[in-house]
Amino acid sequence: MQNENLVQISFFNQLMLVHPRKKQNERSEASVQVSEYFVNAEGTGDKVNLSDLLGTVEKTSGASNKTKKQLRNLQSSKETLELPLNKQQTEKIQRGIAYEKTTAEVSCWKNIILQNQKAEQMVFPLNQESSGPKRVEQVVAGWKVQTPLEQEIFRLLHGSRQPVNDPVLTPVEEQSLKAMSLEEAKIRRAELQKARALQSYYEAKAKREKKIKSKKYHKVQNKAKRKDFLKQFDEMVKTNPEGALEELKKMELSRMEERMSLKHQNSGKWAKSKAIMAKYDDSARKAMQEQLQMNKDLTQKMVVPSDDEHESIEEGLETVPDFVNDPETVIDPVNPWMRGQLTHEEPEVSCVTAEEVQTAEEENEEEEIIGEFERKRKLRQADEEDLIPTEEEQEEEDEEEDVSEFNTLFRLMRSEKTREGSNQTRGGLNTAGEEDEEGLLSEGQIRVRSIEDLEVLDEVVEPRAIEEPSAPQTAAAEATSEPPHKKKREINLKEVLTKEAKAVRLPFLPTVVDEEERDEQISIIKEAFAGDDVISDFIKDKSRQEAAGRPAVVDLTLPGWGEWGGVGLKPPRWKRKRFRIKTAPPPPRQDQKLPDVIISEKRTASVASHQVSQLPFPFQNTAQFESSIRTPIGSTWNTQTVVKNMTKPKVVTKLGAIIEPMVKEDFIKSYYTLVTLKKYCYISCLCSWYCGVAC
Amino acid sequence: MKVKVLCRNPDDYVRETTRDIQRVPRNYDPTLHPFEVPREYTRALNATKLERVFAKPFVASLDGHRDGISCITKHAKSLSTIISGACDGEVKVWNLPRQECLRTVQAHEGFVRGICSRFCGTSFFTVGDDKTIKQWNWEAPGYGVREEPINTILGKAVFTGIDHHQREGTFVTCGQTVDIWDEQRSSPIRSFSWGVDSFSCVRYNPVETELLASCASDRSVVLYDTRESAPLRKVIMQLRSNTLCWNPMEAYYFTCANEDYNLYTYDIRHLDVPVTVHMDHVSAVLDVDYSPTGREFVSASFDKTIRIFPKDKGHSREVYHTKRMQHVICVRWSADNKYVLSGSDEMNIRLWKANASEKLGLLSAREKAATHYNKKLIEKFQHHPQVRRIARHRHLPGDILKQKRELREMREARRRKEQNVRKHSKPGSVPLLTEKEKHVVAVVE
Repeated sequence: MQNENLVQISFFNQLMLVHPRKKQNERSEASVQVSEYFVNAEGTGDKVNLSDLLGTVEKTSGASNKTKKQLRNLQSSKETLELPLNKQQTEKIQRGIAYEKTTAEVSCWKNIILQNQKAEQMVFPLNQESSGPKRVEQVVAGWKVQTPLEQEIFRLLHGSRQPVNDPVLTPVEEQSLKAMSLEEAKIRRAELQKARALQSYYEAKAKREKKIKSKKYHKVQNKAKRKDFLKQFDEMVKTNPEGALEELKKMELSRMEERMSLKHQNSGKWAKSKAIMAKYDDSARKAMQEQLQMNKDLTQKMVVPSDDEHESIEEGLETVPDFVNDPETVIDPVNPWMRGQLTHEEPEVSCVTAEEVQTAEEENEEEEIIGEFERKRKLRQADEEDLIPTEEEQEEEDEEEDVSEFNTLFRLMRSEKTREGSNQTRGGLNTAGEEDEEGLLSEGQIRVRSIEDLEVLDEVVEPRAIEEPSAPQTAAAEATSEPPHKKKREINLKEVLTKEAKAVRLPFLPTVVDEEERDEQISIIKEAFAGDDVISDFIKDKSRQEAAGRPAVVDLTLPGWGEWGGVGLKPPRWKRKRFRIKTAPPPPRQDQKLPDVIISEKRTASVASHQVSQLPFPFQNTAQFESSIRTPIGSTWNTQTVVKNMTKPKVVTKLGAIIEPMVKEDFIKSYYTLVTLKKYCYISCLCSWYCGVAC
Repeated sequence: MKVKVLCRNPDDYVRETTRDIQRVPRNYDPTLHPFEVPREYTRALNATKLERVFAKPFVASLDGHRDGISCITKHAKSLSTIISGACDGEVKVWNLPRQECLRTVQAHEGFVRGICSRFCGTSFFTVGDDKTIKQWNWEAPGYGVREEPINTILGKAVFTGIDHHQREGTFVTCGQTVDIWDEQRSSPIRSFSWGVDSFSCVRYNPVETELLASCASDRSVVLYDTRESAPLRKVIMQLRSNTLCWNPMEAYYFTCANEDYNLYTYDIRHLDVPVTVHMDHVSAVLDVDYSPTGREFVSASFDKTIRIFPKDKGHSREVYHTKRMQHVICVRWSADNKYVLSGSDEMNIRLWKANASEKLGLLSAREKAATHYNKKLIEKFQHHPQVRRIARHRHLPGDILKQKRELREMREARRRKEQNVRKHSKPGSVPLLTEKEKHVVAVVE
């Protein structure tokens, strides 16, 4: 017992020791009447009014005037608070806010989705692990500590934030890694690789060039460098005059050095030896000249050339005589069929017989040919340079106007044709509902089992395909009513399915033909084509075709209808006027302005079933589509790598691999920061809450 | 004197081993290989024909159920395992390569309404008409041990669908409300409802894993976010949607299978108009599932066919049917993008190839190159009428064809009628509606 008492006392003492001088707080109770002697609960039921509080505030000196004023205003105001919104409305607002938030969050996928849609090739599964050997640390990640010693060690490690399972990366390092997303890291790596490769290329190149022993090579290099430098210097004068001045000083220095030395003065040992040879050897003379020129260049004073001088130089350049650029005029003067260009007489050919043409040509053929080529050349020059012709040319131009007019017409026509084509195809594109039709499967009751069946499948539907083209054909034959259906412009098979025929130009040797020989030739050709008059036949043929295409007047007058009829009576004028129907002219023929060509605009039925009738969707014009068809993709025409590249599939999957859906953390970098931020906020909130509780 | 010597590197013409194919020096001079386009056109035509000839999509039929299949699900980690639930409450686990049933469980009384696999592939959940959620082990019990669920939760109402979270231990069920459950608890941690409806399907978004969408019986599709207290938004269509599926590669697109024979792809950011209307079925569409690549989806319909649609095209690229297949209730696309599974009324599960003419198994490099080349050729010449005709040809049974024609006629009549109404009314009073706009009744915030 005593012991126990002792223990208790000592315990009490200890307590006293711990808090030897603790001040005892006064207890205060919330009550209206505060008595010095007792605590009572009177007035606890009463509510505290604002006025009660206000009264004390007014008296206290510490409270600011502002709060006092606010409180007074509050007391005087009679307004009540608004009722809260009803449940439906609050919920609607909540939903709206939540929806906005979610859509904003989901929108961050937009770039990735677009990128994937545009990608030429997608390889699934998306994030494949590297198949190489893994690090030991990763393999042993599942290992757990057991013995107390190990625990002690790991506690220490944890304390210093050292990595435990994967000792290669500390958490700090990991965070820094995560800061850069996978994609960015990839891009960065690629950049670095590229830079490194470029550097190594340049180094290798420099080394290689340095090793070259050829003096000539270095001479050329130096010359190029000098030229480059001069160009740069010109720019420098404009942009950076101070730098240019310094360069000038350097140049001046080199000039001085050059003047002092005997380097390029033809006084060295080499120069002397050359001087002996110079008498006989052309190259030696040239070399010496070059050296002297070098000296001259180097010792010349640098003067910044003014703009006027530049211009004069350019003009001088332009006035190089024309014959320098002339192509070699190669032609067989005898054979009229071998001439590439139309003579200016030919448009009138239709009214003159072939015989006359030939005789007329015989007389001044050579002169004409020469003149023609000159004109041609001029035309070409004008085309290329787009310059206003000089005065000399203008005189000539009057003469050649007819020819040039013809040529320009020809060119215009071509451009028109192409424009027309594109317009039509655009019109075709706009027709609604086409797109949908294309996607449809043609579902029927025929079951296809073999290739033969597929052929039959073709035939079954073919009649329809044939019918279509026949319709415009008959219309053309009748040559009445409506222009043929131009809206559905056919893509010509010749354009689509064949490679463009290349005109092979064989170089004719410019042989000098004697007058006699020429005459002989002409007579031989005449003899050979004595029986058949090819040209007039051709002209007749063409005019017949043209006539067939021309719209005829349809006479619908019924004699005797509404008036007297009989032999010798003509229907009156009003009737003829009213019932003779003129149809609109068809679009101009393609060969309208090509006198020596007939272009058939008929459609061949056998090929038509293989032709594309409308411009397919993604293409803007026929030329685009044709070019897409024209490039072959097979290994017969392309190298292996090209074929591999061109035929690579859009989606590649790995055999037997599960394709997981996308994982947000792999693709969106900002997500990480967002999550960590949120977590941090959460923790800080918790902390503050705990603090509040503790207080 | 300079002597030039011919020198050849044997590497250029000697094979490394005798098994290598001979090196063939090629000359790519275009004049030596004329008529590129006609030759390629012929090749393309042949490739198209061969593609149709080799199009044999049907792989296998798994029979063993004693009632119509109501739901199928894939194993999360194994390609060769699937589970199916039938209308008599039976659940079967199948091995696909061996085409046999591994395990049969009498899971529920009445229909098995939904099955979902846990993301780790250790267990799966079933819900049924008997108002229970049951969790089962993937591993079959030992010999002589009774099949017992790991966990059973008794709910207040019938559950009609279930789906599991992609990475966490929560799952969602639907019935009278959409409930989110923690695997460790026997009561839902949250339940959403918006008006009094019953829901037929609920799916987690596989990418944005906190997003949910469900199909309700008031013809609406409702969006949820599990982090929010209320549902997000709902879109009401003209007829009810049966099921929906999220695109696994594009977070904000989902496709719903509707009673009006169409499928609708929506962008959740713009719910007022569907992105694409997919039509080709001739009866109600009952199920839809995306391919794991997110490029295509497969749909099952009451018209006894399944169809494969590209995700951004209005019409299907493929239709599968057999004489014996009845109304297709459920359909799934395998996780390796190679196969499609369909479960139908007549108690069979069918395995189809996703690409009808694809050669299965390992391909040699030359085979691969040839298939790629052929595919590219068909793509290049796809607009040429002969190629297109052959590529598009599909055989359809007579009654479906008839229905299709009928439908087309009806659509045409409706269009004509509308046109006439527009013609005879004040200009502007009958607005021109596009196909996409026709089917959405309202978007409710």
